[in-house]
Amino acid sequence: MTSRIKTILAAVVFAAAASGAIAQTTTLLNASYDVAREFYKDINPAFIASYKKATGKDVKIDQAHGGSSAQARAVADGLDADVVTMNTTTDVDFLAGIGVVAKDWQKRFPDNASPTTSTMLFLVRNGNPKGIKDWEDLTKPGVQVIVVNPKTGGNGRYAYLAAWGYVKKKGGTDAQAAEFVGKLFKNVPVLGKGGRDATTIFLQRNIGDVLITFESEVLSIDREFGAGKVDAVYPSISVLAENPVAIVERTVAKKGTADVAKAYLDFLYSEEGQEIAAKHALRPRSPAVLKKYAATFKPVQLFTVAELFGSLGEAQKVHFNDGGQFDKLYTPGTK
Amino acid sequence: MSGAPSSALSSAAAPVSRARGTRRVLPGFNLTLGYTVFYLCLIVLIPLSALVFKTFTLTWDQFWVAVTAPRVMASYRLTFGASFIAALVNLVFGLLVAWVLVRYKFPGKKIVDALVDLPFALPTAVAGISLTALLAGNGWIGQYLEPHGIKLAFTPAGIVIALIFIGLPFVVRTVQPVLEDTEKELEEAATSLGATRLQTFTRVILPSILPALLTGFAMAFARAVGEYGSVIFIAGNMPMISEITPLIIIGKLEQYDYAGATAVALVMLVISFLLLLVINALQGWQRRRSAT
Repeated sequence: MTSRIKTILAAVVFAAAASGAIAQTTTLLNASYDVAREFYKDINPAFIASYKKATGKDVKIDQAHGGSSAQARAVADGLDADVVTMNTTTDVDFLAGIGVVAKDWQKRFPDNASPTTSTMLFLVRNGNPKGIKDWEDLTKPGVQVIVVNPKTGGNGRYAYLAAWGYVKKKGGTDAQAAEFVGKLFKNVPVLGKGGRDATTIFLQRNIGDVLITFESEVLSIDREFGAGKVDAVYPSISVLAENPVAIVERTVAKKGTADVAKAYLDFLYSEEGQEIAAKHALRPRSPAVLKKYAATFKPVQLFTVAELFGSLGEAQKVHFNDGGQFDKLYTPGTK
Repeated sequence: MSGAPSSALSSAAAPVSRARGTRRVLPGFNLTLGYTVFYLCLIVLIPLSALVFKTFTLTWDQFWVAVTAPRVMASYRLTFGASFIAALVNLVFGLLVAWVLVRYKFPGKKIVDALVDLPFALPTAVAGISLTALLAGNGWIGQYLEPHGIKLAFTPAGIVIALIFIGLPFVVRTVQPVLEDTEKELEEAATSLGATRLQTFTRVILPSILPALLTGFAMAFARAVGEYGSVIFIAGNMPMISEITPLIIIGKLEQYDYAGATAVALVMLVISFLLLLVINALQGWQRRRSAT
C-alpha cells in the first residue's frame, strides 16, 4: 500500500517537473463552436509553422469545441481560453458585457472582427423533386422543411432571420414578414436541436423535403454522406452570417499570451488562412481568395443583420427571447 | 475541513449519549452521522442552494411569469406525464423481467441479466440516437408502422419509449433481491391451504415486494424527469407539443437567461421532490400495513 502511495507521489512530482519543462512553449486555447472542428484542424498546424518561421518560437494550440453559447458560458465561468472563435456575435457580446472580452472587440480586427462569413441556403433531395427554388416554395402546402430550433441554436436563428429578411428586402412590411415566417414554420415537422442534429434528421431519418442550413455545412455533408445525395439550392436573397473572433483579455493578461493570441487571430485574415477557410466552405473576406473559389461560393444577394435588425442582440430581444416573435408562432390559438 | 464538523459533533454529543446510557451495539455513530450530513451537504445541498440563490435574482413576479409561460407549462405536462407513464410501464414489465430472472433457469440467463444493466451504462445520447434510428419512418421498426399511421419518432410517444428504456433497470434491480428472498415455502403453504394462483400472488408475494416495487417506480420516475440526452433526439422539439422541460432550460441558457433557467429547474426540483416524498410516504404506510 505505502509503496503504491510512493509511486503515485513520484509520478505527481515527475508530472509537475515535466509540465514545467513543457511550459517553455506557449500554449493557446481556442474555445470554438462545434462544427469548426475540421477547419481549425487545418488552421492550427499552418499557424504553428508560420509563427515558427516569423518568430522562431514554438507554440501549441489546444481546441475546445461545443455549442457556441455553451462555450461562451464556459469562458464566462472561468474556462481559460485565450481566444474565442464563435459563429454568432451575440456570444462574444455576452463576454464583452461581463468584461472578459474588450468592449470594442468588433473594432480590434478587420471586417467587424469576422475573418469569415457564411450564409443560409437550402439543401434538397437529389434532383430537387419538389422544385424548390426560393423562399416562397418553402411555405407551399405539402413541403416539409427541416430547420434548427431558433431557441437552441444559432443556425436556426439565422434561418429565421433570412426568411424574415427576404420578405423585407422584397419591400414587405414586418406584418407580412411575420405571416410568411409563420407559414414557413407551419411546414416544419421536427425542429433540430442544433445544426448537426438537423442534418441527421434530414439525411439519416429521411424526414423533410428541404433543410435550411449554413453554406459551410454543405461540404461536410458531402464528405459525410457522399456527394450527390443532396443538391444545394441558393435562394435569391439570404443573410450574411458573420463568424466573429476575439481575444479573451482576462486570460491573456493572466498568461501573458496577448501577442501570440493576436498573431493567431491575424493569421485567420492572412491569404493562407483565408484559403484554408475557403477550402472549408467558409466565405473568405479576401476578394482575391473569393475570386479564386468563385465556383464554390455562388453569388447571392446578401443582407447583413445590422441592416435589417440593428444587431443580432436586438434581433434576439425582439424575436427569440421568451415571449418574442418566435414564441408567438407557437402560442395556442395561432394554429 | 472535512473532519471539523464531524469531530465537533461527536465530541459534543458523545458524553450526552453515554450519560443517557443508550449504548449502541456499533461504535462510531456520532462520527458517521456527522460525516453523512456533511457529505450530503457537500454533494447535494450546496449545489442545490446555488440554484436557489441564482433564482433569487428575479422578483417574485418575474419568477412567476418565467415558470408559468404556456410553453413551459406544456413542457411540465409532457415531462411529468411521459415520465409517469414510462415508470408505470416499467413497474409492470420490470417486475416481469425480475420474476423471470429470479424464478426460472434457462440458457443465456447470465447474458439477459447483464443486458438489463445496459441502459445504466450506455451514454444516453447513444440510446436516443439508436432509438430514433429504429423508430423513424425509414428505420427498422418505423418503416412497418408509419404506413399504418403510427408515428413514434418525433412525437410524445417516442419520448415515453426513450424514458421506458432508461428506467427499466431501476425497477428490475430493486425488485430482484427482494424476490430472491421471498421464501418458496410461503407460496407452497398458501397453495396447500387452497389459495388460487392469483390469490397467492396478490396476498402473499405482492405485499412482500410492494415496497421495493414502489422504490423502483420512484427511481425510474425521478430519473426520467431529469432525462435529457436520450429524449432530445427523439422528441422533435416542437413548442407546445414535444418540448421537454430540460430543453426549455437549455433554451433559456442560450438566451443567457440564467435566472429564468434556474427558476424552471427549481420548479422541476420542487415537483420531483414532492412526488418522491409522496411515494416514500406510501411506502412507509405499506410497510406498516404489511407488518401487522
